[in-house]
Amino acid sequence: MSNTPKIGVLCSLIRPEEKMIFEAFRARGIDFDRIDDRELILDLHQSESPYSVILERCINHSRAHHTLKYFNDRGVRTVNSYHTANICGDKLLTSMALSKAGVPIPRNLIAYTEESALEAIEQLGYPVVLKPAVGSWGRLLAKVNDRDAAEAILEHKKVLGSYHHSTYYVQEYINTGGRDIRAFVIGGKLVAAINRKADHWITNTARGGRASNYELNQNLANICEAAARAVEGDVVAIDVFERPDGYLINEVNYTMEFRNSIETTGVNIPQLIADYVIEVSS
Amino acid sequence: MANLQAQCPLCAANVNLPDAPEVGELIDCEECGEELEIVSLEPPTLAKAPEEEEDWGE
Repeated sequence: MSNTPKIGVLCSLIRPEEKMIFEAFRARGIDFDRIDDRELILDLHQSESPYSVILERCINHSRAHHTLKYFNDRGVRTVNSYHTANICGDKLLTSMALSKAGVPIPRNLIAYTEESALEAIEQLGYPVVLKPAVGSWGRLLAKVNDRDAAEAILEHKKVLGSYHHSTYYVQEYINTGGRDIRAFVIGGKLVAAINRKADHWITNTARGGRASNYELNQNLANICEAAARAVEGDVVAIDVFERPDGYLINEVNYTMEFRNSIETTGVNIPQLIADYVIEVSS
Repeated sequence: MANLQAQCPLCAANVNLPDAPEVGELIDCEECGEELEIVSLEPPTLAKAPEEEEDWGE
């Protein structure tokens, strides 16, 4: 049918997530185009796009970020939007958006020099976590247990780091016993969550964290859905700390990885993503 | 239907492609463990997967 909305999936390498999403579109009899970011040439003098909606599944943040802006500027609805990718691609911007929206987050301080960063660390009290503002899969996170470590890491960041390491993002260390929650929000609704448990304080399943189902509840839904709204996210995965006095939002991810969470939760996450894209395209 | 096979470009082992293989799909060589990308289905062809970049992943 010529009037069928044209769906594009922006991606490059096909991970299990992308393959499952393709299968989910096919299960609904929906055609889509794969848009390989490695072959893209974005023509800024071209004002139209053949797509009505694009699902972004790039492995590279930088490519997703710029390509979403290009298509949004041409009136294409994207899942997620450039706005969401821009915020979620930067931990500082994410924390600021959550804070502005009144979503509970760990204490975060931002500083720009070694001296002020050290002061910020000591204000929070040890241990603290130092994070690069832009980074993924838990890379270059540092848990700083004392002043000696703080001084060493700040000096290393300054001497060895690229320029974006000179913005110091200091976060209160939340001791949850090597455990956190990864929650999946699609179309504004919490649909599934897993508990991640690791022997290491970094719990990313990409780093060996083990997943089990986490029973959904209204408090978790409220905070996760508020976090998704704060970044205007359509399809986001939210990292949550659980404390006796409530939940805290740690990070919001906009190209979510969920391969370990389908059997664990019994929720067909890729189908829900595909169905949401089909819904917004019509 | 038997799965397609292609040769690992590193160790030359015959690698079984997964069901419904996709161009661009990442797989591991069962012999040498190298991460590979399916770069073509006609004929089935594998290449060493791109090195992980700093901005990969969530």
